[in-house]
Amino acid sequence: MSPGRTAEGADHPDRLARPPRVRVTSSRRGAATRRDLRPLTRDLDEQTDLGEVYMAGLMSAQLRLALRVLAFGAVGLGGLPLLFLLVPDTRTLEIAGLPFPWLVLGVLVYPVALLVAHYYVRQSERIEREFSQVVARR
Amino acid sequence: MNSVYGVTAIVLVCLATLGVGAFGLRLSRTTSDFYVAGRTVTPYRNASAIGGEYLSAASFLGIAGLVYSSGLDMLWFPVGYTVGYVVLLVLVAAPLRRSGAYTLPDFAEARLESSRIRLLSSLLVVGIGWLYLLPQLQGAGLALRVVTGAPSWVGSLVVVVVVIANVAAGGMRSITLVQAMQYWLKLTAIAIPAFVLLTVWLGDGRPGPQLTAGTAVDWAQPLSGFGGQDHPVYATYSTLLALALGTMGLPHVLVRFYTNPDGRAARRTTLTVVALLGLFYLFPPVYGVLGRVYLPQLPEGLRADSIVLALPEAVVPGSLGEVLSAVLAGGAFAAFLSTASGLTMSVAGVLDQDLLRGRLGRITGEDATVVQGFRLATVLAMVVPYAAARMVEPIGLATTVGLAFAVAGSTFCPLLVLGSWWRGLSTVGAAAGLVSGGGLAAGAVLVTMLAGPIDGWPGALLGQPAAWTIPIAFSVAVIVSLATPGRIPRHTSRTMVRLHTPEDLQLERTPRHR
Repeated sequence: MSPGRTAEGADHPDRLARPPRVRVTSSRRGAATRRDLRPLTRDLDEQTDLGEVYMAGLMSAQLRLALRVLAFGAVGLGGLPLLFLLVPDTRTLEIAGLPFPWLVLGVLVYPVALLVAHYYVRQSERIEREFSQVVARR
Repeated sequence: MNSVYGVTAIVLVCLATLGVGAFGLRLSRTTSDFYVAGRTVTPYRNASAIGGEYLSAASFLGIAGLVYSSGLDMLWFPVGYTVGYVVLLVLVAAPLRRSGAYTLPDFAEARLESSRIRLLSSLLVVGIGWLYLLPQLQGAGLALRVVTGAPSWVGSLVVVVVVIANVAAGGMRSITLVQAMQYWLKLTAIAIPAFVLLTVWLGDGRPGPQLTAGTAVDWAQPLSGFGGQDHPVYATYSTLLALALGTMGLPHVLVRFYTNPDGRAARRTTLTVVALLGLFYLFPPVYGVLGRVYLPQLPEGLRADSIVLALPEAVVPGSLGEVLSAVLAGGAFAAFLSTASGLTMSVAGVLDQDLLRGRLGRITGEDATVVQGFRLATVLAMVVPYAAARMVEPIGLATTVGLAFAVAGSTFCPLLVLGSWWRGLSTVGAAAGLVSGGGLAAGAVLVTMLAGPIDGWPGALLGQPAAWTIPIAFSVAVIVSLATPGRIPRHTSRTMVRLHTPEDLQLERTPRHR
C-alpha cells in the first residue's frame, strides 16, 4: 500500500474498511441461456466476418509469439559466429579451464534450446486457452 | 577388433528390432493401425520414437568423425539438428497435426487443393528420402567393415533386409515401438563407453588433443575452415540455416506427428524431443576429441567416420576395449536401422499412395490388396538407394545428410511455413517455390556429389546451398502468389480455421484426409 493511500485512509477510515455497496437482485446462475445466440464456433466454421476476426486474432497472436522465439534464437545462436569473427579473443577464451566455444556449442546450447521450447509451449497453450474461453463464453 | 563381440552386438540389435517389430505386429490389426498406430501413442513414447528415428548414422558416427577431422566448427551440426526441432515446434508442429495430413503430399493437397502440387510433393519426398537413405546404407557398410572386415555391401544389405522385413510386416505401430526402444538403446550405447573412456583419459593424464599434419592448426577454434573450406563464415551460417529449416521438411518427420492425438500433444511431444536430442548430442563430440588424444594419426585403411568404433581399443586395449567397441557397433546399427525404417516407411507410403496404387490395380486387375501394394512399395523404397550406395563414392555421412536437409529446407519449409501462416499463398506460387527451390538445391547437390571438390566461392555456394536456395524459394513462392491472387485456393479460410483452432472447441471439422 502506498504512503499516500495510507494517509487518505487515515482521513476516511470507512472508505478503506468497506467496499462500495452493490445491490444483488438475483443470481444469473439459474437463468435460462439465450437460445437465439449462436455459438461462436459456428462463426468460425462458417467463416462469417465475426469468425474471421477471431481467427485473425488467434493467428496473429501465435505468429507474434513464434517470431519472438525465432528472433531470440537467431540473435543468440546466429550471433555466435559473428562474435567469434569480430572479437577474435572469444575464440580462445577459457571459462573455468574449459574453452568457451566448446562449452557453448557442445553443452550450453541444449539446455537453452529446451528452455526456449518450454517457454514457447506454455505461451502458445495460454493463447489457445484464452481463445477457447472467449469463444466458449459467448 | 575382435569381430565375435562386434558381430554378436549387431546380431542382437537386429534380432531385437525384428522381435519388438513382431510383438507390435500382433497388436496391428486394422488398416488404420497399420498406418498410424491407431493414434494411441503417448507424447512421451512418441518423442522417444522421434528421437530414435532422427538419430541417424550421421549423428552416431558422422559427428564424431567430423569433429575428429575438422574440429570445433563441426559442433554446428548437432546444434543445427536440435535447433531444427525448436523451429519446427514454433512454426508448424500444431498446425501440421491439426491439418490431419499423414504425409507431406497430403498436407500440400489439403492446403492447396491441387493434385498437381500433391504429385510434385510426392516426387520431392521420394527424392529427399532416397538422398537421406544413402548415407544410412553407406554407414552400415562402413561399420560392418570395421567390425568384421566384410566388404561394405554386406552391411548395407543387412540393413536393407531387416528394414524391409520390419516395415512390410508391421507397419507403423510396430515401428513406433521399435523406434522408441532404439532411442534408449542408442543413448546407452554412446553414453556408457563415453563415460568409461573419459574416466580412463582423466586417470592416465595424457595431454590434450594432438594435431597432426593435415589438420588445421586452429582445430580447437571456431571458423577454422569448416572442414577445410575457403569461406568458413558463410559455410557456418548456411549449414545452420539448412539444418534449422530443413528438419520440418524431412519425409519421416511429419508422419510421427500424425500419431499424436491432437495439436497440443504434438507440441509437447516436440518439446520432449528437444530434450532427448540435446541429451544425446552431448556425447558424439567426446569421441572426436578423444580421438585426437589417442589416435592423432588415423590408422591405415580407416575413415574418419569410423573413429567412434576404433577409439575404445586405442584407449583401453584388451577385452574391455573390445566390449565397448561392440556396444558402439550395436548402437550404430540401431541408428542405421531406425532411421532407415522411418525413411522407408515414409517413402514407401508415398510411392504406394501416389505413384503405384492406380497402376498396380490396372496390372493385376484389382487383385492386389492394399497391404500387398504397400509391401511392394517398401521393397522399391529400399532397393533404389541400395543400388545408389553401391555406385556413388561416399563423401562423408554428415555431409550427405546435410545436403538432404538443404533440399528439404528449400522445398517443404516454404510450403509448410507459408501454408500454415499466410492466406495469400496461391497454388501457382507454391508450385513455383517447390520447383525453383528444389531445382536449385538438387542441382547443387548433384554437382557436389558427382564433380568432386571445387575451390573458392563456387565450391562453398554449391556445397552449402541453403543460404541462397531457401531465400530464393520463399521469395519465388511469395512473389508468384502475389501475382496470381486468382489462384488462391477457395477454401483457404476454412483450412486456416482447421489448422489453428484448439481441439477443445467443437468445430464441425471436415478433414479431407483421415
